[in-house]
Amino acid sequence: MSDTSYLVAFIAVAAAATFATRIIPFLFFERHTEHPLVKHLGRFLPAAVMALLATVFLQRSGNWAAVVPGLDAILAGALVVGIHLWHRNALLSIAAGTAAYMLISQTGVFEVALVS
Amino acid sequence: MNALVFRLTLPILFGYLPLGMAFGVLFTTQLNYAWWAAPLMGVVIYAGAGQILAVSLLAASAGLLEVFIAMFVLNARHLFYGLSLLGQFRKAGWKKLYLIFGLTDETYSLLTSRTRSQDTLHELDVDFRITAFNQVYWVIGCTLGALLGRNVAFDSTGIEFALVALFIVLTIEQLKALGDAFPVWAGAAAAGVAMMFLPPAHQLIGAIAIVTAVLLLQYRSLRAKSNAEGRSHV
Repeated sequence: MSDTSYLVAFIAVAAAATFATRIIPFLFFERHTEHPLVKHLGRFLPAAVMALLATVFLQRSGNWAAVVPGLDAILAGALVVGIHLWHRNALLSIAAGTAAYMLISQTGVFEVALVS
Repeated sequence: MNALVFRLTLPILFGYLPLGMAFGVLFTTQLNYAWWAAPLMGVVIYAGAGQILAVSLLAASAGLLEVFIAMFVLNARHLFYGLSLLGQFRKAGWKKLYLIFGLTDETYSLLTSRTRSQDTLHELDVDFRITAFNQVYWVIGCTLGALLGRNVAFDSTGIEFALVALFIVLTIEQLKALGDAFPVWAGAAAAGVAMMFLPPAHQLIGAIAIVTAVLLLQYRSLRAKSNAEGRSHV
């Protein structure tokens, strides 16, 4: 197989696999939309998924080798929660938390603290 | 309407541009393929972690069956997302296929969290635009990264935290809309268990499987309770 035809086949297969994971529930559960179990999952799963995505990605953005492990992520995350409970403006909370995290990781303030 | 959609998707712009660029840079620096394959992958595959995995599979010239299995397993969490949207997408007509195709973590989060009016067709149109805007951000990121390669100068270190912040905000919004903290704690706990016992590549699907099982058990116990009450009233 030539390089280009391998690349094209590769992209087609990867696209098919990804699309399959997204369409399968619609193919197999569409008829059961009104089933109480499907409704129960439909109602509660988004909140659960949101909480687990937040938890996993918060953990992954933390520097766990720092002086205070994970302080960068925890501080920025807490800022998002605090500002959001205060103003309930999604963009403001996200911008503030992201700016804080960028500042912490670009200046390396928590690593400097160890030296001084 | 596009102004509203842009405002809703702005946090995703901040996340998808740098992440798409990270993928593009990885693609051009690690592989010897033409740069345009990177945006092409953003158009037809459209999966963040999936495309980054694809770079290492391409570098290893992996077999196509292996590629299918690896991509399917990595993206398996999407199997659960459709369950919450079966009813919502029902009347979407021709837009439905694209809404399903574009169901990334972030798009799913926005579509299930935003407040909706009674006007179903209008809301589906908004859903469709949200999905399309997000993909445009992603493809722009892939293109920029692939073209600029190592010459990316702007220090955007940490900007991808916008997606973490988005998930936090949406968790709070879900909590307020639902008035029930159980799914949120169950989700966070499932993530904790998955992170302790599984390698990073399987943590998301592991956590989603655990929390779905918990919600199934909750459903059964709720039903058993309401059945028992039903009998006692007879």
